[in-house]
Amino acid sequence: MGIWTSLSAGLRGLFRKREAEQELDDELHDYLDKSIGEKMRSGMSREAAHRAARMEMGGVEAVKEGVRSASWETHVETLWADLRFGARLLRFNPVFAGAAILSLALGIGANTAIFQLLDAVRLRSLPVKNSEEIARVVFERRGSRSGNFSTRYPDFTYAIWEQIREKQEGFSSVYAWAPVPFNVSPAGEVHNVQGLFVSGEFFETLGVKPALGRLLSTADDQPACASTGAVLSYWYWQEEYGGRTDMAGEKVTINRHPVPIMGVAEREFYGVEVGRNFAVAIPVCAEPLINGENSQLKSRIGWWLSVMGRLKPGWTAERASAQLRAVSQRIFEAAMPSEYNASNAKSLLAAKLVAIPGGAGVSDLRESYAEPLGLLLALAGLVLLIASANLANLMLARASVREKEMAMRMAVGAGRGRLIRQLLVESLLLAVIGAGLGALLARNLSQVLVASMSTEQAPLFVALHTDWRVLGFTSALALFTCVLFGLAPALRATSVSPGVALKEGGRGTTQGRSRFGLRRILVVSQIALSLTLLVGALLFARSLKNLATLDPGFHRDGVLVVDIDFTARHLPNEARRAFSDELLRRVRGIAGVDAAATAAIVPLSGDGIGHDILVGATGESPDDVPVAAFNYVSPGYFETLQTPFLAGHDFDERDRVGAPNVAIVNQAFVEKFAQGKNPLDFKFRVRRLMKTSAPYQIIGVVKDTKYMDLRENREIIAYSPQAQNEEAGNDALILLRSSAPLAGILSGVKSTAMQADPDADITFYNLHKMIDDGLKRDRLMARLSGFFGILAVLLAVIGLYGVISYMVARRRNEIGIRMTLGADRRSIISLVLRESILLLSIGLAMGVTLALAVSSAAAALLFGLKPHDAGTLIIATVSLAVVALAASYLPALRASKLDPVEALRHE
Amino acid sequence: MTDTSATLVQGTLDMLILKTLALEPLHGWGISQRIQQLSRGVFEVNPGSLFPAFRRLERAGLMECQWRTSENNRRAKYYSLTKAGRQKLRSETREWERQVAAIARILQTAS
Repeated sequence: MGIWTSLSAGLRGLFRKREAEQELDDELHDYLDKSIGEKMRSGMSREAAHRAARMEMGGVEAVKEGVRSASWETHVETLWADLRFGARLLRFNPVFAGAAILSLALGIGANTAIFQLLDAVRLRSLPVKNSEEIARVVFERRGSRSGNFSTRYPDFTYAIWEQIREKQEGFSSVYAWAPVPFNVSPAGEVHNVQGLFVSGEFFETLGVKPALGRLLSTADDQPACASTGAVLSYWYWQEEYGGRTDMAGEKVTINRHPVPIMGVAEREFYGVEVGRNFAVAIPVCAEPLINGENSQLKSRIGWWLSVMGRLKPGWTAERASAQLRAVSQRIFEAAMPSEYNASNAKSLLAAKLVAIPGGAGVSDLRESYAEPLGLLLALAGLVLLIASANLANLMLARASVREKEMAMRMAVGAGRGRLIRQLLVESLLLAVIGAGLGALLARNLSQVLVASMSTEQAPLFVALHTDWRVLGFTSALALFTCVLFGLAPALRATSVSPGVALKEGGRGTTQGRSRFGLRRILVVSQIALSLTLLVGALLFARSLKNLATLDPGFHRDGVLVVDIDFTARHLPNEARRAFSDELLRRVRGIAGVDAAATAAIVPLSGDGIGHDILVGATGESPDDVPVAAFNYVSPGYFETLQTPFLAGHDFDERDRVGAPNVAIVNQAFVEKFAQGKNPLDFKFRVRRLMKTSAPYQIIGVVKDTKYMDLRENREIIAYSPQAQNEEAGNDALILLRSSAPLAGILSGVKSTAMQADPDADITFYNLHKMIDDGLKRDRLMARLSGFFGILAVLLAVIGLYGVISYMVARRRNEIGIRMTLGADRRSIISLVLRESILLLSIGLAMGVTLALAVSSAAAALLFGLKPHDAGTLIIATVSLAVVALAASYLPALRASKLDPVEALRHE
Repeated sequence: MTDTSATLVQGTLDMLILKTLALEPLHGWGISQRIQQLSRGVFEVNPGSLFPAFRRLERAGLMECQWRTSENNRRAKYYSLTKAGRQKLRSETREWERQVAAIARILQTAS
């Protein structure tokens, strides 16, 4: 009851303020009148009674204030007044407000965005029920298998998967899956989406529910694969089918095969691979249908499946591992590829299977991005630290300016608590605006991050949620900084007797060195931290430059890669080579094409072939066989990529099946095997897919080139003519060089291919762009650390500028006196600069130490330079020093232009 | 001028105000006079603490107010006890008597 009375009366007081005030006024005056009347009755004169009554009352306004403070609505009112006053102050100091809010927002935003991404990539678990029960089956050690590896997670062959399913005991159920791009275009140009082959247990084991129709079950994944069907992901259904519910009878075309759509998976389910989102899933049994003669399922040496499962209640990954280890040998015995020779078989039988926790999903992204993102988070943390220091500096500067105002307000009767509360409200206002903007920025920044981590071939999908924990933490830090550095001066200012503060004249109480000392410490640490960030930025920028300008052994500009897939023609093996040659001949004939060749592997595309190299007469060798990277190319390949010959000559028309095997090798090959002998006399054999070839004669030596990755060391590479490759694929992978714009060439290539085969699937990309895409991670690091570095330097320079300007203002009189005593402008400038040089050198010294200590964390991500690169350190130090000196030169110049008379009059 | 009001036990002012209102509604001046009279001049309440106490008690729902025209034709605010106020006065009085008796006993035995 009391609460309601209080509430209604309080609201009345708030909204009918004038009336309430009038009532209070009436009541008090009534009291006064009666008091005066009483006193007059007891014999006082009118004037004396008046005075006595007033004295007793002790001031009508004071009593009113007392009454007001007994009611809650007053607090609301003063808070509102404080807020408005605070907002007005910020509006009148746009530079201060802007700098403070922006630095806060950037610090908070960057931290939140990066942490969000790191969390999504590394820490978050799969969006399935009881994800902690999910585990993945893997080989305990790598490197005990040979064969044909495809997909991103080529853990097992189909035969081994069947054996695992049969012999495992630790899982209530297991499933196999493989990510494969599916071409969903019914005809013409290829349109790939992220596809999944999943075993029948997949959805049920994970506990995924359908959003529409039904999901795949074990009945759909039988060897005959009689009734195959596709499950769409929710987003793909929304995007491609507009979320229609009348999907009965709809089909999706996968690699030219129409597959009926069975259902749609629930919205949250993106698959089991972090960072990717599947579009279409079909049963594993459908793989031979989709991949035709390249089927991995039918091959005993085709490694392409990954196996995961849900552990039985009470089983841990360790316990399941023990069981798997025990049955490993029997599994491999049963699934032994018939192609394996004794040594292959021995090493496979010795291998052990184990279970590892899989609740966080699998991800190749995690390996490549966990470290960079962690590093970026650390950098962003430094930025937040600098932003906080900057904010503290700004707040302190402002406090010293407002000291007189505070003293004045205390002198006219403002309570200390009231003043402190007002300063507190102002600080909070800053922090809240900063944090709000930061949250907004975080959202956009994480989108930008995701975009810069995606490539055309591998779009990155991350389920991003605003992370309230981090946002809360960073905002709390901002709040803390604001309150601490907003409040401390307030406490101090209000504890000074107003009389003293006012008497101090224009100089305020900041004469005391202690607070100014704090500002100097803040600036020094800002400089130190920003130097560290600048060093990091430079390291990444130079590493990127090293990679981007690295000579890969060929010229990447002006090369178009075209893949023409003619599977639809159903050509027999012998006819394919001829057709492929015909396509190449026609492409060479297109106007503007300077050179063209076919190849099995496009360098730096991430694909590769490795064959054992056997030297010596018999070709048989010990277990430890050297492996060389291989490529099958047509004549003209080296001319197209402009890789120079060091000896010998290119392949020609005579090098075909039936003629003696020939090869062109690179320098690294020669150094490894020929060892001083003339490489053109050298012969070697190749063992591919367990079969040893006839000897190869080297006919040429070319310059070293990068094969799979720009960062790799010198790779041993051998090339052999495509015409001598007995197995011809159903596609022609053509590299062509042109000095004309590639877009123009492209239409010519398309029409040429269409003329030769109207049903051909055509894929194409620019070689240069593909290589650049491979540097996404490096570019991300360089860009973000560059951004942070510049931001940090900017903030540090603002801080230094503020401190020096303040120092000049504080020493106005002194400077004036010096000038009247004959000091010239230069000596005044050097007086001011001396201060900033002192701060700068302490900051830089600390920064260099710090940078040396922390930069080794980046070692693994750098290319072509050491983390303790002296040149980088020097460049960073010098450039920061120059910018900082320029910033303090401005106030110095202003000081030197002071009018001495003006300056002295200020006293 | 006596300082006794300064040593008024915390919270007793509220009780005294409620007590003065137990008989009839009164205005501010009346309340202050009545306290002075009843205490035979021992307590002299100053307006600086009286009026905030009014506001407090009113907000707590212990007393309510009414505007009337006073003798000198000014608008005067008359306070009266609510039901809750009467209950509060009774319980406060009981509690006060219990405490005073206890303190008295202690003082007697100590001397």
